[in-house]
Amino acid sequence: MSRLSIITGNKAQTTVESLYKDLERRISASPPGLCPVDLASSFLKLCHSQSCGKCVPCRIGLGQLQDLLEMVLDGEGTLETIDLIEKTAKNIFYSADCAIGYEAANMVLKGLRGFRDDFEEHVLRHRCKCELYQPVPCVSQCPAGVDIPGYVALVADGRYGDAIRLIRKDNPLPAVCGLICEHPCEVRCRRTLIDDPVNIRGLKRFAVDHAGDVPLPVPAAPTGKKVAVIGGGPGGLSAAYYLTLMGHQVTIFEQRKKLGGMLRYGIPNYRLPREELDREIEQILSLGISVQTGVTVGESPSIVDLRKEYDAVYIAIGAHTDRKIGIEGEDAKGVISAVELLRGIGDGEMPDFTGKSIVVIGGGNVAMDVARSAVRLGADRVRIAYRRRSVDMTAMPEEVEGAVEEGCELLDLHAPLRIEKDADGNVAALWVQPQIIGPMKNGRPTPENSSEEEVRLACDIVLVAIGQGIDSRLFEKQGIPVKRGVIDALNWSGVNAKDITGVFAGGNCVTGPATVIRAIAAGKVAAANIDEFLGYRHLISVDVELPQVRLDDRKNCARINMKERQAADRAKDFELVECGMTCEEANQEARRCLRCDHFGYGSFKGGRTEQW
Amino acid sequence: MVNVTINGKQYKAEEGSTILDAAASVGIYIPTLCYLKDINNIGACRVCMVEVEGCAKLVAACNNQVWDGMVIHTNSPRVRESRKNTVELILSQHDGECSTCVRSGNCKLQTIANDLGIVDLPFRKKVAKAEWPMKFPLIRDEGKCIKCMRCVQVCDKIQGLNIWDVSGTGSRTTVDVSRNRMIKESDCALCGQCITHCPVGALRERDDIDRVLDALADPEKITVVQVAPAVRAAWGEPFGLSREFATVKRLVAALRQMGFDYIFDTNFSADLTIMEEGSEFLEKLKRSAAADASSDGTGAQGSAEKFPLFTSCCPGWVRFLKSQYPDMVDQLSTAKSPQQMFGAVAKSYYAQLLGVDPSKIYCVSIMPCVAKKHECAIPCMNDGARVSREEKEKDILAQSGGNISDAGWLEQTDIPDVDVVLTTREVDRLIRAEQIRPALLPEEEFDMPLGVGSGAGVIFGATGGVMEAALRSAYYLVTGRNPDPDAFKKVRGMEGWKEAEFNLAGTQLKVAVVSGLGNTRRLIEALRRGEVSYHFVEVMACPGGCAGGGGQPIRDGEELAAERGEVLYALDKGNHLRYSHENPAVKQCYQDYLGKPLSHRAHELLHTDHHAWRMPGEE
Repeated sequence: MSRLSIITGNKAQTTVESLYKDLERRISASPPGLCPVDLASSFLKLCHSQSCGKCVPCRIGLGQLQDLLEMVLDGEGTLETIDLIEKTAKNIFYSADCAIGYEAANMVLKGLRGFRDDFEEHVLRHRCKCELYQPVPCVSQCPAGVDIPGYVALVADGRYGDAIRLIRKDNPLPAVCGLICEHPCEVRCRRTLIDDPVNIRGLKRFAVDHAGDVPLPVPAAPTGKKVAVIGGGPGGLSAAYYLTLMGHQVTIFEQRKKLGGMLRYGIPNYRLPREELDREIEQILSLGISVQTGVTVGESPSIVDLRKEYDAVYIAIGAHTDRKIGIEGEDAKGVISAVELLRGIGDGEMPDFTGKSIVVIGGGNVAMDVARSAVRLGADRVRIAYRRRSVDMTAMPEEVEGAVEEGCELLDLHAPLRIEKDADGNVAALWVQPQIIGPMKNGRPTPENSSEEEVRLACDIVLVAIGQGIDSRLFEKQGIPVKRGVIDALNWSGVNAKDITGVFAGGNCVTGPATVIRAIAAGKVAAANIDEFLGYRHLISVDVELPQVRLDDRKNCARINMKERQAADRAKDFELVECGMTCEEANQEARRCLRCDHFGYGSFKGGRTEQW
Repeated sequence: MVNVTINGKQYKAEEGSTILDAAASVGIYIPTLCYLKDINNIGACRVCMVEVEGCAKLVAACNNQVWDGMVIHTNSPRVRESRKNTVELILSQHDGECSTCVRSGNCKLQTIANDLGIVDLPFRKKVAKAEWPMKFPLIRDEGKCIKCMRCVQVCDKIQGLNIWDVSGTGSRTTVDVSRNRMIKESDCALCGQCITHCPVGALRERDDIDRVLDALADPEKITVVQVAPAVRAAWGEPFGLSREFATVKRLVAALRQMGFDYIFDTNFSADLTIMEEGSEFLEKLKRSAAADASSDGTGAQGSAEKFPLFTSCCPGWVRFLKSQYPDMVDQLSTAKSPQQMFGAVAKSYYAQLLGVDPSKIYCVSIMPCVAKKHECAIPCMNDGARVSREEKEKDILAQSGGNISDAGWLEQTDIPDVDVVLTTREVDRLIRAEQIRPALLPEEEFDMPLGVGSGAGVIFGATGGVMEAALRSAYYLVTGRNPDPDAFKKVRGMEGWKEAEFNLAGTQLKVAVVSGLGNTRRLIEALRRGEVSYHFVEVMACPGGCAGGGGQPIRDGEELAAERGEVLYALDKGNHLRYSHENPAVKQCYQDYLGKPLSHRAHELLHTDHHAWRMPGEE
């Protein structure tokens, strides 16, 4: 008998480990709308199987809880059953010896707090309140409802132009979205159950890159109706595009020199090259949309003036004002807001940061954008100060990684305290307070001041990227309702303005800062409802026939991720960082799609929206 | 065409066809359960699985297309094993008490299980239960439901009402009334299309046979039965009788054998309906023309008359309109349906003819319809006995010289005009219960006088029939002469939404005919948007009209409305009476009792107030 031995995994254990991974992926791609009580019961069964069996509350209690939950699910429970579940779960929570027991009970207690009405519905009406509303995961996760399985199938078939035409039915900005969409479509991709989600955005970009010139649809016969769109961002452009296709005469009023909104004045060239953006905007405008740039709608012309001249107005002004951080020294020379910096860059005004030491405050995508732009503008050193841990940053992980690769330093767990000025009022340093990460609140951890000393970050420039606001004051004056700083529009984009009808609003100025695809979706919704308001029912459709569904596409195959130019290389210029897929890659990736529009619930409740 | 190999033999198949259709086209049959052509091809039951070479998994034949070079095995060992196992799984959650099931012998699951030779189940049986209000005309049995989703699809895609939906998730997924409503509080039109499209016995009508048997057994009751037009085109189907053989006269013989005292024809009251509804429509046109003439002539002001006038024969449609577009209820004709007109006449005019108190008469109707069960129970449908008693009161009052101190002494009653409705399926079950052999039945005549119906009356059972019958008589009423009986045949046919224009003595009439509530909704939405306009619209809730009614015999996977409709049009053609206004029994009834169309008494008996009752959710 040896004194010690090396532990080797046995086959059963290795298999179980791989099953854990399967389950993790499965849970991450879980469709919303499942019966929460049923899930709670299933989770409990899993928890129970993890019990070592030593202690009574866990060994017996979790089983009894399951029985009670099943009674509720089978319509055999009463309101007293729910009370007994609560009592027993509390007992297990307080009396179990280890986390396997008390955390299992805690999950039940959380459920009772979070969806008690659903427990009651099962007891009182023998039903579940929830309805599965996600027939095709990607399509229902996409705010604009783009026919993703459709265009992925077209890419697999080599019909890139048709793919673009199909995308445009719901989203007139495929080139933009191919590069910078946050791809919520991928989050619940059912392919995850096998290996990884399909790289949907990458495939869209591939289609755009390889489709060549794809002509736009021909607009419907002119209606003689005029619509004013305030704001030439993605939302305004989308509304203008669809309204024009419906035969209405659209004029876009844009405050800045050029159209594009945050696409131009918020997203740097290395993520979204200007040629791509300009080409896509030009094409949309070529439908016959009028544009007036450098016009701020507010005092003159006011919304009332516009409404007199136009049959309907769509407000899509976005969220373009910077938020103040509210610390001492914020007025120092060299404190620049992210909005201001990116806006200048958008108009081609490139500040020279050569040799400068820069600190960026914030952890979102915009913080990464300004940090990486600063690197490209010649900065000597770029640090990103963030209150929480780097894993808690709201920026997309690839953006954070990109910034780090390009030499940005992450100073996580550092909260800004004050800005130190030199004698001339220039930024001398940013003082930060080290943080200790604390308890979770609403799914995010809260940082607290640690007992460590304040830290002085000597720097020349502080870039503040802590969010944007909406400039709605002038609209509010004109009787447009504003709630918590955003325009109060209804879910069909209508605005209940005091004295004027036919006013619609959508996008960031209604939701607060969000994503480009949400703005596009809002523009689409507004176009449909404005059309209806004008007394029409033009339908947007496309005559693309989809290839036959493939039956042989379920073999395990990992996802193709996007490649990027070498960090050392790309950090020197503002050129596009991301490389497109190769033809070989795109073919493989497109064939990974499981066609949830045809298989599973999609064939029943999903299918496709052929027109809207 | 593409080349496919099925079970080792090469065939040509239509490009783009499903594996199921391709196989069937060369005589190879793949069993299906949930599949319903054009309505439900969701591959839910997994009974139609086949093996396709090159595919790791089995493939559903119902919703996957053939490709060139596809090699298919419909009965490979893997397919056989899977198919049987799947059916065993379905049976493990199905209440298989076939002996007490209305669909026994006509059940898709029973057939498949029998075909596969499943004699015992390897699984523990677990049948779900759910409560259901058993007095509601439509009954759902959770234990029998196999979650094929056909009911959901028919209600969504064909009827556009979304009464059924998937409920719950995971292992407890089932079908239930949508949006967590109870059926009684839903806007179900009671069309019964979910029943006729159910492959098993999970959906059925409330069985009212015992009530009929009780009435037949009661020596105090005079049983009067009416047979709806569409019933005659279908009742013989489950007995395997040809349509030529299964005539209404043989059904009359069967009913007589059962012991009904008087056997009458709803065609009679269909003719009566034409007299009332047609006159109502002409009056409306007249009022409208008069108002136009008196206004500035631009028509801008128009008259108060709102067009179109909608037919009101179909109770499923009335339920639909009241719940979906309550603001349009005033556009419904106030004429009662033929069933209700018959009941009202039976308990007034006919009671008087027999010289009996209406309470003695028990009025049964045989209908192709589930909604009729609701219609006869609408509280205000009790005019026959009431009018009859009021007459009697008046008589007695007159005889006593007005010298009765306790007027109103005759008890106020609410005797329904129609006591009970049996669907065609129920009457077929009754025939079986009575051990009547339909193949041996002679042809017998209806009783008189309410057994006389015209060809115009019989086509009430098919889409377009009410419109055509109405136009035939309207033409006569306006011009004083009969049109060619086939002059209005443009409104015939199975198309869901038909339009026609006719010149009625100088007035250009625009009419429309719709069947199926999905089509109906499209028409009404178009009306409301001002895209279409009509003078008169006929609506029948079931596709193809009553011939395809929700109370008709079920033959799985087949839509028989067109075929049955043909029977009705043939009966019209063969009838020496082609016009409702020529029906001698109807004429007699007006002469002796009602006076003339739209008379006071006609109003009391034959018209109704559609606002007198509420649909769930109707304000």
